[in-house]
Amino acid sequence: MKDQADGYVTADGRQIGPVVMEMKNITLRFGGVEAIKNISFDIRQGEIRAIIGPNGAGKSSMLNVISGFYVPQEGEVWYKGARRPAMKPFQVAQQGIARTFQNIALFEGMSVLDNVMTGRLTHMETSMFWQSIWKGKAEREETENREVAEKIIDFLEIQAIRKTPVSRLSYGLKKRVELARALAAEPSILLLDEPMAGMNVEEKEDMSRFILDVNDEFGTTIALIEHDMGVVMDLSDRVVVMDYGKKIGDGTPHEVRNNQDVIDAYLGIAHD
Amino acid sequence: MFYREAGDFSTSYAEDSQTFPIKFDRYRYYLVLFLAIFVVPFMVNDYWVNSLFLPFLIYAIAAIGLNILVGYCGQVSLGTGGFMAVGAYACYKLMTSFPDVSMLIHVLIAGVITAAVGVLFGLPSLRIKGFYLAVATLAAQFFLVWLFNRVPWFYNYSASGQISAPERTFLGFNITGANTQAWATYLFCLMFVIFSAYVARNLTRGSVGRKWMAIRDMDIAAEIIGVNPLRAKLTAFAVSSFFIGISGALFFSIYLGAVEVGEVFGIQKSFLVLFMIIIGGLGSIFGSFAGAAFLVLLPVALKIVGVDWLGWPTDIVAHLQLVIVGGLIIVFLIAEPHGLAQLWRVAKEKLRLWPFPH
Repeated sequence: MKDQADGYVTADGRQIGPVVMEMKNITLRFGGVEAIKNISFDIRQGEIRAIIGPNGAGKSSMLNVISGFYVPQEGEVWYKGARRPAMKPFQVAQQGIARTFQNIALFEGMSVLDNVMTGRLTHMETSMFWQSIWKGKAEREETENREVAEKIIDFLEIQAIRKTPVSRLSYGLKKRVELARALAAEPSILLLDEPMAGMNVEEKEDMSRFILDVNDEFGTTIALIEHDMGVVMDLSDRVVVMDYGKKIGDGTPHEVRNNQDVIDAYLGIAHD
Repeated sequence: MFYREAGDFSTSYAEDSQTFPIKFDRYRYYLVLFLAIFVVPFMVNDYWVNSLFLPFLIYAIAAIGLNILVGYCGQVSLGTGGFMAVGAYACYKLMTSFPDVSMLIHVLIAGVITAAVGVLFGLPSLRIKGFYLAVATLAAQFFLVWLFNRVPWFYNYSASGQISAPERTFLGFNITGANTQAWATYLFCLMFVIFSAYVARNLTRGSVGRKWMAIRDMDIAAEIIGVNPLRAKLTAFAVSSFFIGISGALFFSIYLGAVEVGEVFGIQKSFLVLFMIIIGGLGSIFGSFAGAAFLVLLPVALKIVGVDWLGWPTDIVAHLQLVIVGGLIIVFLIAEPHGLAQLWRVAKEKLRLWPFPH
C-alpha cells in the first residue's frame, strides 16, 4: 500500500479517494469525565474505516459526535473540505451521513418497506399540498423513490419480508433492515455501530458480505465500530484504536495488530 | 371465498401503493361511495340525518383529525373540544362578518384558523412528551373554552353568550338556520368527509405520513434519518387541527345551529373523540370512521333496545351507556390497542384463506 495525498490503493486493488471527513483534536466531556481526549483521524472516500477499542473506550461517543448527537467541547469536524458547524442530527443526516445503531432503532409500527422508504425522506421534497392531492407530483416522486428502495431491498435480500411489520422480524433480519434503511439514503458516509453485535456466526458472515458488497457496488464510505476483532481485521482498510478516550493506534489492520500499545490494551500488561 | 386476492397482481409501484390494492376492496369502496352520494340522500328524513348521519359524519372528521395527531404522530392531545370550539367560533365570526361569502369557504377558513391555533398549542410538544403533553393540551382545552366564554367579541356581544348560526344557503339550498333540508345538510357534510378522508389518506401514505410515524415509533431514530422533529410535530398539529376545526365549524353551523361553548365543546368532547379513535383504531383512517360510527350508534341502539323494546327507564339506559363505553375502552386498550380497524384487518386476513387455511 502506498500512501498518497489524494488517496491510496488497497491490497485488493481498490482505489481509495481523498479525505471526506476529518476529525481534528476532538475532546468530549460529560461533566468531569473526558469521554474523548484530543482525538484526530480522517475517513477517506470509499474506504472501510473501523474504530475499535475495549468497552468504554469512547467509540460510540465518537460516532455520536460524527452524527451530531454530541457536540464536542473542543476540536473541529471537517466534512467534504469545509468545517462543519454545530449541527442537529437531522441536519447531519440531510448532509448525507447515515447510521445504524448498536441496539436496533427501527420503526416498529411500520412495515419493512415503509422503514426502508423512511431512509429516502431526505430525497423527497414534494410539498404537503401536492402530497394531499397525491396524483401527479407526489405519486411520481413516491414511485421514483420506491424504485431506489426496492433496489436496496433486492440487494440485501429482504424481498420476501417487504410488507411484514418490523416487530415480527428476528434480530438478525432487523439488523439487515436497519442497514437497508441507512443505505436507502444513498449516504456519502455510512456509520455502523456494532453491526454484528449479538449475531451468530452465519449472520455475521452474511453481514460482513453485505458490508463488503455495499462498499464494492455503491462505493459507499463506511465507518464502523465492532468488537469482533477477526471481523474488523478482515473487513477494514484502516483501523483507529481507542482506549480510555485516547487514540492509541491508527493504521492498516496489520500495523495495528503489531502495535505494542494496542496489544497492551487488549491483552493487558503485566504489572510488576 | 368471498374475499380473495388471487389473480390480482400489481404491475407497477403506483398500483402497489394505492389505497385499496385488492380489487374487491376497491369495488366495495366505490359502492359505499355511490350509496352515500346517490342513494342515501333520497332515503333519509330529518330524524335519520339529525340523530345519525350528521353526528357520524362530523365526528368522523374530528376523529380523522385527532387520529393524525395521536395515531400517526404519537402526540397525545386532550384539546380536541377546544379546537372544535375554535373552528365553531371562527366559522360564526366569518358567517356574521361576511354574509355573502360561501359557507364552503367559511368552513375551510375556520379550519385554517384552527390549524394556526393548533400549531401554537403544539409548540410545547417539542419539549414534552406523553402524559405531560396531554396535560399541556388540557390547558389548551380549558383556556380556549374560557376565552370564548369571557370575551364578548367572540359571540358578537349577544345577551345569552351563545352563538347561533344565521341562515345560509349553499348552491341555493338552505343548510344552516331554521329551514334546512335534511338531505342538503347531509350532502354538505359528506362533501367535507370525503375531502378529509382523501387528504388524510394521501398525507399519511406519503413522505409526510412516514415522518409522523417515524416520530411516533422512535423520535431519536427519526432524527437520525433526517426528520426535523419540530417541523414534523408542528405539521401534525396543523393538519390535525385543520380537520378538527372543520368538524367544529360543521358541528356548530350545520348540526346544532346554536352553541354554548362550555356545554358543547367541553372536556367531554375531547374524551369522546379520543375514545372514538381508541375504539376505532389508532393510526387508521378507517378506524376513525368505525369509532365515530360506533360511538354515535351506541346510544341510539341502546335506546331502541333498552327503552323501546325492554321498557327500561331512560336513566338506567343512559348510565348503561357509560358503563359499556368505559368497559370497551379497557377491553380495547388491553386486548386490541389497534381497535376495530385491526379486528377488521384480522378478519380480512382470515377471509383470504377461508375456508382452507392451510
